Amino acid sequence: MNQRVGTDSSPLRFAACESASLPLFATFIGARRRAPPARTHRQIGSQLVGRRILAAMGGLDSSSMETDLDRPNIEEYLTTETIREVPKKLHLSDLLDISPTLTEAAGAIVDDSFTRCFKSNSPEPWNWNIYLFPLWCLGVVVRYGILFPASFSWLVSFSNLISCMFCRVGVLALGWIVFFAAFLPVHFLIRGHDKWRCKIERKLVEMMCSVFVASWTGVIKYHGPRPSRRPQQVFVANHTSMIDFIILEQMTAFAVIMQKHPGWVGFIQKTILESVGCIWFNRTESKDREVVATKIREHTQGVDNNPLLIFPEGTCVNNHYTVMFKKGAFELGCAVCPVAIKYNKIFVDAFWNSKKQSFTTHLAQLMTSWAVVCDVWYLEPQYIRPGEIPIEFAERVRDMISVRAGLKKVPWDGYLKYFRPSPKLTERKQQIFAESVLKRLEEI
Amino acid sequence: MGNTSSMLTQYDIEEVQEHCNHAFSQQEIVSLYHRFCQLDRNSSGFITGDEFLSVPEFAVNPLSQRLLRMLDGLNFKEFVAFLSAFSPRISLQQKIEFLFKVYDFNSNGKVTFDDILSVLRDLTGSFISEQQRQEVITRVLEEAGYRRDSSLVLSDFMRVRMYYCFQYLYYKLSFRSLFTD
Repeated sequence: MNQRVGTDSSPLRFAACESASLPLFATFIGARRRAPPARTHRQIGSQLVGRRILAAMGGLDSSSMETDLDRPNIEEYLTTETIREVPKKLHLSDLLDISPTLTEAAGAIVDDSFTRCFKSNSPEPWNWNIYLFPLWCLGVVVRYGILFPASFSWLVSFSNLISCMFCRVGVLALGWIVFFAAFLPVHFLIRGHDKWRCKIERKLVEMMCSVFVASWTGVIKYHGPRPSRRPQQVFVANHTSMIDFIILEQMTAFAVIMQKHPGWVGFIQKTILESVGCIWFNRTESKDREVVATKIREHTQGVDNNPLLIFPEGTCVNNHYTVMFKKGAFELGCAVCPVAIKYNKIFVDAFWNSKKQSFTTHLAQLMTSWAVVCDVWYLEPQYIRPGEIPIEFAERVRDMISVRAGLKKVPWDGYLKYFRPSPKLTERKQQIFAESVLKRLEEI
Repeated sequence: MGNTSSMLTQYDIEEVQEHCNHAFSQQEIVSLYHRFCQLDRNSSGFITGDEFLSVPEFAVNPLSQRLLRMLDGLNFKEFVAFLSAFSPRISLQQKIEFLFKVYDFNSNGKVTFDDILSVLRDLTGSFISEQQRQEVITRVLEEAGYRRDSSLVLSDFMRVRMYYCFQYLYYKLSFRSLFTD
């Protein structure tokens, strides 16, 4: 981004963001200049804003490429003299013309990069005609009537994946039964040999997750070296749905940080996931962050603990974009191993839109679709570089994950889904405008 | 309001187009309708203030509260009419009329010193003192030939030479990106 022709004040950086991130584009008000060649000035103005939008939208797709190619080199139009702010006299027209701010607001209303991150695919109806409609009906019958129900559950063994395909709920039910039959005795009866008990519980959890994956006919391709159990390491991944955890857990037992949920999910969290060593947090509590940070630190120091898995986005995103990573996982001083997860949308939209549907509905949707196909890439462990601050480190890792999984980056904080942006951002814009007015006031 | 393009008939689109003085092409109106439905989460037929504020870019805008007053409770037709001021197909006169409406808070056809002061307050916040704000406006009004207690009407706004008003092509890129989705 061309910093010189940006705002008068210091360039906006990612480093400034904490609870709410600054968008990459700033208000245009303070930067307007009444330089003589009016047409060129306007042209530059539009292209500048255009470039900012493109930057903010994280490299938008081909339609915006034509704007990119048309864009003239700013230096050709603005010499060094004009770039240095030359305050001109303030006129009534300058004061009354609030159109840049209004245009920004209208632009946000028409389209904004944040809402896009949470858009789920609406199921596209096929073109109904004489042959496609019956085929679709047949598909519904197979998915809901055969793959889903429990009719053949008692007759098949769940290790046979082919027969599993005909009874997903049956598989799940059988899996739960076997799991609890093994887990409860181990958990409550084997008191003395803790190490052994942990091992067995870990294996059982892994098995249960495999059963879950089988119940959605999951086809998961793992790329890269399998995570090893070592202290001083943390795994980070992009987040699309709670099933991310299940998919990763199937391969290796991770300890994960989760939001406490109500209902049956909460029950499972309390009983089973405690055994793999999970950490709970509560988004709505403000003091929670320090407490969680301490717990994370303790966990990574421990030798015997399962590797810790963190989703730094903090919320589910629709697997086309990544929102800003929270720096909590990156300031622990240990190795960060990125994991990229990408779902194939042809089969099912795995995005859990927590505002639209409960987790149960989401699971049911997965179980009544054809398959859950995804790719998981285990990337090279990263260490913080000397002179790098945690936020920059987080951005670097987010870059790696986004490139690997083919996701676009968006400069917004995921928590803006739940909270309003901090008033500091508005104050920033006000400050920029105020400074420019004051500067020109002196000229009158 | 799920699969939306099937819900808008050709007649609806033309009606909306008429209402906004052909500020938008039919394709743009369809895109706007998708956007309207996306923002209107509870499908109530209009977008509430809260739903607008859930767009972070809009929420950080200093004029958001003022615009919310104008946007609250608008149905889709009025929503498009509101946004029409930002279209390049609309004349400068109509854009300045829109600008006048933003200033004219109590819709009495007159923009007073206090109206301009309140907009400037929204834009500058606590970074200029109240006294400085009043000083700026008084000076600028006097320089343009008005007194502090004079109230501006629409023709006064037209007379002020706001050539660059709404000339930024910002929103157009937004529209283009809507088409690619």
